[in-house]
Amino acid sequence: MASDDELWLDAQAGPVIRPYALTQGRTRHSGEAFDLVSTVTATSARVDDPGALAPEHVSVLQLVRRPTTVVDIASDVDLPLGVVRILLGDLRELGLIAIKAPVPMKARQVDKNTLREVLHGLRGL
Amino acid sequence: MAYGGSEYGGGMVTSRGHRAIKILLAGGFGVGKTTLVGAVSEIRPLRTEEPLTETSRRVDSTAGVERKTTTTVAMDFGRITLRDDLVLYLFGTPGQERFWFMWDELAIGALGAVVLADTRRLADCFPAIDYFERREIPFIVALNVFDGSRRYSIEDVRLALDLEPGLPIVLCDARHRESAKEILIALVEHVLAQADADEPVFPG
Repeated sequence: MASDDELWLDAQAGPVIRPYALTQGRTRHSGEAFDLVSTVTATSARVDDPGALAPEHVSVLQLVRRPTTVVDIASDVDLPLGVVRILLGDLRELGLIAIKAPVPMKARQVDKNTLREVLHGLRGL
Repeated sequence: MAYGGSEYGGGMVTSRGHRAIKILLAGGFGVGKTTLVGAVSEIRPLRTEEPLTETSRRVDSTAGVERKTTTTVAMDFGRITLRDDLVLYLFGTPGQERFWFMWDELAIGALGAVVLADTRRLADCFPAIDYFERREIPFIVALNVFDGSRRYSIEDVRLALDLEPGLPIVLCDARHRESAKEILIALVEHVLAQADADEPVFPG
């Protein structure tokens, strides 16, 4: 049995835990939806009960001391996006983070100034 | 990385003015999405573990706590920090229709999309083109010209893909940074041109 397990336990397999075990089986986060490139920032609220937080919550909290997007968090903590969203939902519920939606970029209400800045930035790369 | 570096003693830093811009990169397997993202940006790992729910099943009162199986999808994810407050995010997603559930989310608020095509397998990009056209997401087509691949004229490709005359089709070599940059520039220019064209002409 153990040797069978070893066969698939490699770097590709990722953390040896079913991701949703981290989230107590939840596959949806609480509260309103947030975008992949929403910016997450820690609030100044203090953690009343550190026991309520999993190590992954703490990792996320440390990351977002500076504004960080949802996808950057997922990439940095190396957890699937769905799991990260649930962790973020928890932290938001506890008032520990604020989530800010990205600039809307709907086709017909494009912010042309931003686009020009993007162009300028790309040309300068 | 842009957000790392200095340690912050306090908790709160405002995110005022931080702009994150999404660009989608769609294309069939092996067409060069990963190469393209890597050529122009800091490529980073990103997994999404998507629950596969039976849509027919009613959601009961324990909504959100359901038994389900999941599928892990690796995305090509790259970040280009243009300025401290202006960051481009590139998301490469598989082109097949079965991955559209991911696109639906990625597409919201996206600046636009690049459909990366291989002239040897043009049909692979039909679903992507169809998707973006239906949702009115601005896109351009980039033909990844591999060594030795047969070259078609841009107009042949336009005809084969049934694209509007004004839709940019650019030739590229996804391995090269300059070429990858040109693709993104072409997309942003296209979005700008569309925005200009969309200025209301008819009242109401």
